[in-house]
Amino acid sequence: MIELDSVKMSFGDRTLFQDVTLLLPEGSFHFLTGPSGAGKTTLLRLCSLQLRANHGRVRLLGQDTRGLDRDAIASFRRRIGVVHQDSRFVDHLTVAENVTLPLAVSGRSSDDPGDLSELMGWVGLGGVADRYPPELSGGERQRAALARAVILSPEIVLADEPTGNVDWEMSLKLLDLLIELNRLGKTVLCATHDLNLIRQAKSRIPARVLRIRDQGVSAGAEL
Amino acid sequence: MISFRTLLLGDGTANRVVPPSGFTAALTVVSSAAMAFLAVFAIALGLAASELATRWENELSGTATVRIPASGGEEMVQTEAVLTALRQTPGIAAVRVIEDHEQIALLAPWFGEGVPLDKLRLPTLIEVTETEIGPELDGLRLRLSAEAPGAVYDTHSRWRIPLVEAASRLRFLGVLSLCLIATVTAVTVALAAAASLAANGQVIDVLRLIGARDSWIAAAFTRRFTIRAFLGALGGVVLAMVTVAAIPGGVEAGVLSGLGFDGVEWLLPLLVPVLAAGLAFAATWVAARRRLSGVE
Ligand SMILES: Nc1ncnc2c1ncn2[C@@H]1O[C@H](COP(=O)(O)OP(=O)(O)OP(=O)(O)O)[C@@H](O)[C@H]1O
Ligand SMILES: [Mg+2]
Repeated sequence: MIELDSVKMSFGDRTLFQDVTLLLPEGSFHFLTGPSGAGKTTLLRLCSLQLRANHGRVRLLGQDTRGLDRDAIASFRRRIGVVHQDSRFVDHLTVAENVTLPLAVSGRSSDDPGDLSELMGWVGLGGVADRYPPELSGGERQRAALARAVILSPEIVLADEPTGNVDWEMSLKLLDLLIELNRLGKTVLCATHDLNLIRQAKSRIPARVLRIRDQGVSAGAEL
Repeated sequence: MISFRTLLLGDGTANRVVPPSGFTAALTVVSSAAMAFLAVFAIALGLAASELATRWENELSGTATVRIPASGGEEMVQTEAVLTALRQTPGIAAVRVIEDHEQIALLAPWFGEGVPLDKLRLPTLIEVTETEIGPELDGLRLRLSAEAPGAVYDTHSRWRIPLVEAASRLRFLGVLSLCLIATVTAVTVALAAAASLAANGQVIDVLRLIGARDSWIAAAFTRRFTIRAFLGALGGVVLAMVTVAAIPGGVEAGVLSGLGFDGVEWLLPLLVPVLAAGLAFAATWVAARRRLSGVE
């Protein structure tokens, strides 16, 4: 569950949002859209605790996130899977090591290789597990990022333009993965400006659309 | 907080998140080795100086010499008077007149064997052993000059004290060198760690984003630099110990004490890699925490 309560966010004297109040219930699927520079990434960064709101309150998983210390933020991030607009990896580790990195940092051992190969198979990266991130294509990177985002079974999945630089076929594949995660009960918030993708999704699940406009966020079922 | 074991050994991936090579690795290893090499010599210097200081202090303190100048026939009487006076003085344990043949032996290095002692107007020498507290010197000197004008009570302090002082200063120099070496090592490792942290900004960002705690990230870097410093220092120490062992001995008999280690002293240099590792640990930890405070 993601809850924004009268959130204001500005950089310097440029205000992106004013008084945004949102409630994304547990298990829901939302798209976040709006023109470039509207603040989609910024909103997702508020939800992954990379940014703090100037005003208002962000509640995640039923907990107020104001005033959390750094360790508490780290704990929260393990319960939120994030696919960034420009996914970054540890380039000298293999793809498989990158995907299992969240296990390592949370002190869990990746002792079941079966789980990993199942996950890699699920995102269709079985063949590149032993390669290095710089050798991956854009679509492979996004799928590796998605695999990394979900390896700890997070309750929330945030995806920032996951289909940003891949072809339509790959976009559909990534969408499939997100829908599948949503069917497993995860709350999904996906920023995109690809209206076709949104249409495609809405034909399969009751996804809702959040549109950033005039320093506010309007929610609706319509495009 | 992470366990000490994890901190020291890490696990598979955690050990590899910090790139294994690069100039910061070489810098840490080489400077730790060089500093450890120097540290071993500083320890050797300190030990030799300590030994020297103790030796001079122990061998000559608690003894004194009374010189009664030859004064044409009255020495015998004067010597008796002086001996009596000395024996009555509290703080003096024993007195003994130095025999003629001992004087000849003492002079032999300068005048050769068979010095005609009766023709040389030599002073009479009395060897005095003081108790631990020793006599009250001003009063004693006053009394001796009354018994035998020109008699001198010599505590050897004139040449003993400067020697002890010189040795103490050498020992201080050794300790100071160790402190400087430790400081330079800590600063070098801190700089190398800071450079490595800066070069691996992306790694740190990624780790933070996927939910790594600051302590986990700091530990990953700290472990790397601690191990590098330890191994570098170990190499330097081994090299230095081989060098010290190869210094020719046999000078111990002279004023100079030998530069080297005896028995258990050989274990002292082995502390250097442990200290280097400790310094590297602290320096990297501080550098990492400082760096992380600027990452979301
Ligand atoms: N850290 C920052 N400091 C200052 N300005 C920022 C910062 N991050 C974002 N901005 C500004 O906020 C605005 C919104 O940025 P954001 O990345 O959220 O847009 P977006 O909707 O994700 O755009 P796009 O579709 O191009 O990804 C932009 O004008 C950007 O320049
Ligand atoms: Mg964006």
